[in-house]
Amino acid sequence: MKVIRSMVLVSVDETSLARGAQDVFRAFLDEIDQFGLSDQIAVTTIFDPGVQGDTPMVIVYPDAAVYAPVTVADVHTIVEEHLFKGNIVPSLLGMMHELVPEIGWMRGRRGALPVQKRVVLERVGIVNPESIEDYILYDGYQALGRALTQMKPAAVIAEVEKSGLQGRGGAGFPTGRKWSFVASTPGFPKYVICNADESEPGTFKDRLVLEGDPFSIIEAMTIAGYAINAHEGYIYVRGEYPLAYQRIENAIHQAEAHGLLGDHIFGTDFSFHIHPHAGAGAYICGEETALIESLEGKRGMPRARPPYPTTFGLFGKPTVVNNVETLANIPPILRNGAVWYREIGSPKSTGTKVYTILGNVNFKGAIEVPMGITIREVIDIYGKGMKNGKKLKLVQTGGSSGTVVPASLQDVPLDFDAFRNAGVSLGSGTLLVCDEDTCVVDLAKVILRFFRNESCGKCTPCRIGTLQLYEIVSRISEGNGSLGDLDLMLKISAAMSEVSNCGLGQTAPTALLDILKYFREEVEAHIIDHVCPAGVCPIPQYAPEAIPVE
Amino acid sequence: MDQEIKDLDLVDLVDKLVREHGATRDAIIPILSEINRTMGYIPTAALPEIRRRIQIPDEGVFLADSHVYSAASFYQMFSLKPLGRHVIRFCDSAPCHVEGGRQVIEALQAALGLQPGETSKDMKWSLLTTSCIGICSVGPVFTIDGDIFGNVTAERVPEILARYE
Repeated sequence: MKVIRSMVLVSVDETSLARGAQDVFRAFLDEIDQFGLSDQIAVTTIFDPGVQGDTPMVIVYPDAAVYAPVTVADVHTIVEEHLFKGNIVPSLLGMMHELVPEIGWMRGRRGALPVQKRVVLERVGIVNPESIEDYILYDGYQALGRALTQMKPAAVIAEVEKSGLQGRGGAGFPTGRKWSFVASTPGFPKYVICNADESEPGTFKDRLVLEGDPFSIIEAMTIAGYAINAHEGYIYVRGEYPLAYQRIENAIHQAEAHGLLGDHIFGTDFSFHIHPHAGAGAYICGEETALIESLEGKRGMPRARPPYPTTFGLFGKPTVVNNVETLANIPPILRNGAVWYREIGSPKSTGTKVYTILGNVNFKGAIEVPMGITIREVIDIYGKGMKNGKKLKLVQTGGSSGTVVPASLQDVPLDFDAFRNAGVSLGSGTLLVCDEDTCVVDLAKVILRFFRNESCGKCTPCRIGTLQLYEIVSRISEGNGSLGDLDLMLKISAAMSEVSNCGLGQTAPTALLDILKYFREEVEAHIIDHVCPAGVCPIPQYAPEAIPVE
Repeated sequence: MDQEIKDLDLVDLVDKLVREHGATRDAIIPILSEINRTMGYIPTAALPEIRRRIQIPDEGVFLADSHVYSAASFYQMFSLKPLGRHVIRFCDSAPCHVEGGRQVIEALQAALGLQPGETSKDMKWSLLTTSCIGICSVGPVFTIDGDIFGNVTAERVPEILARYE
């Protein structure tokens, strides 16, 4: 049987042809034949690669190596080195910036297939999460040792600032700057809180770290405590994660037993204690001020901000609140230095990001890749394509509070900046992939039901708005909506986004607004034609006799 | 008679928990969690018991029963009424829904004759819905008393329910 393991694409647009693309194409066929690879490698042509200068261009899959400009003289080297021996030839790679969207997903890729780059999930699945010896064997506590014995607190903060690390909880606030705010705020005691109340639907990246590498969080919190001069830390694990809580509790005990947590860590004057706290089931407690209220023994209702927790946090004291994934980046940064960290990802969004891929793809799960990967790449490479060969309809990014990205926008690179420009939220890194069988009205209904259930009820726009939106969408899904409902939903959404007290109410209508923007016809079909195009919504059988006869 | 014994147990339990977690306001949620776990729900009689032990007027800590109630009634994992012997929590968030969650909840409702939020008359089953529980890579998902069932289809529902006495 003939198995194609690699594919060579040669550009044959006008400029390429003028520069001898035809000869390059023939040379590839000849060379591949000479190496006896004809059965394994397909050579084909592509029309317009969208580059002006560097043609002819040759793309080799599955590595997505882009060679340009390629002359007949280069072909032998590419075939021998890349196709025969398997090494990409860096000296012949082209500069990629002006590709047409169809192949734009390779932009900036400089050759190789984007393999996973593990920083946060470095040890997950490799070490025994219940053994501190294992953790230490795999470079654990090097970062804390370096910080406590060789660095002043200000130098630790400077290193984190220099790394460009941005908070991974969704908002993307620079971590180093947050630490320096708290460090420079007068007041004592100060607190470090690890926000492990991961409740965004579809997100479980923090669970992987808590269950698979709990010591890294304990180490990172201790470093944060040293940097801001805090002696107490709290870790708020959501109640739905009993295993994560057990592992964190165990990690705290073991670290204390080894003198790596508690009084006089590493024999220095620095002391730090960590208290685990289990949540009791409330999405809103992922919001940092609600989390603080909950830690204080109250209903998890967000406070008015400002003052921010950096000045008025737990028990009214200056407090750093960091997400699990953010903290997991801290030990590698201090161990390898900010310069090393900056080399990963894109210049404005440094480091890696853990994404969870869900929905109608062949492979579901978590991946950690440098910032800047595109949705198309995630689905094709890591999701192993769409399930049952269906067509991609939309992707919801960043959980239920995130944006809905139609298939046409799947080439936007996933980093904080590009997403912001495209009006898309990276949020918690969840990618919910939906195929053509998904009904947008049905999806909106499920998302809004979630927010109706989870609204804490403190402020009116969110409490009433989530309920109203849910009721209107339900009405539409049953075939009882009117076109006026669409305007009404826009009006309610605008009010919620503008005047809700916290992120829950502000982002609850996000998905709905995107659906109205990109899939309005489908929503209107429910209203005008009483038809659910995807065949999902329970609209009663359309009765022709109900049409008034003229 | 039975009720009296139960009340005594409750007082002992609250005593023990306040000793373990401390008589401070930030201990309220851990205490409520333990009561919920031990008894399966939080009897309303527990609330004033907790309040009495945490209120320390001499130190300026004033607490009303409503403060404790407001915490107990806020969180989804707490129940203020008794639940069935087996509690099903079905994830009704979007990721599970996209993969066929609706057929599963419909199958659960049909098999148990319960709507979400209801408990059967014989106190065997409670059917609850929950927001995402973070096991999305095997959705649709539900849990029964902490046992997790992933990749569930409507066809598998009767077989899974039959495992519980």
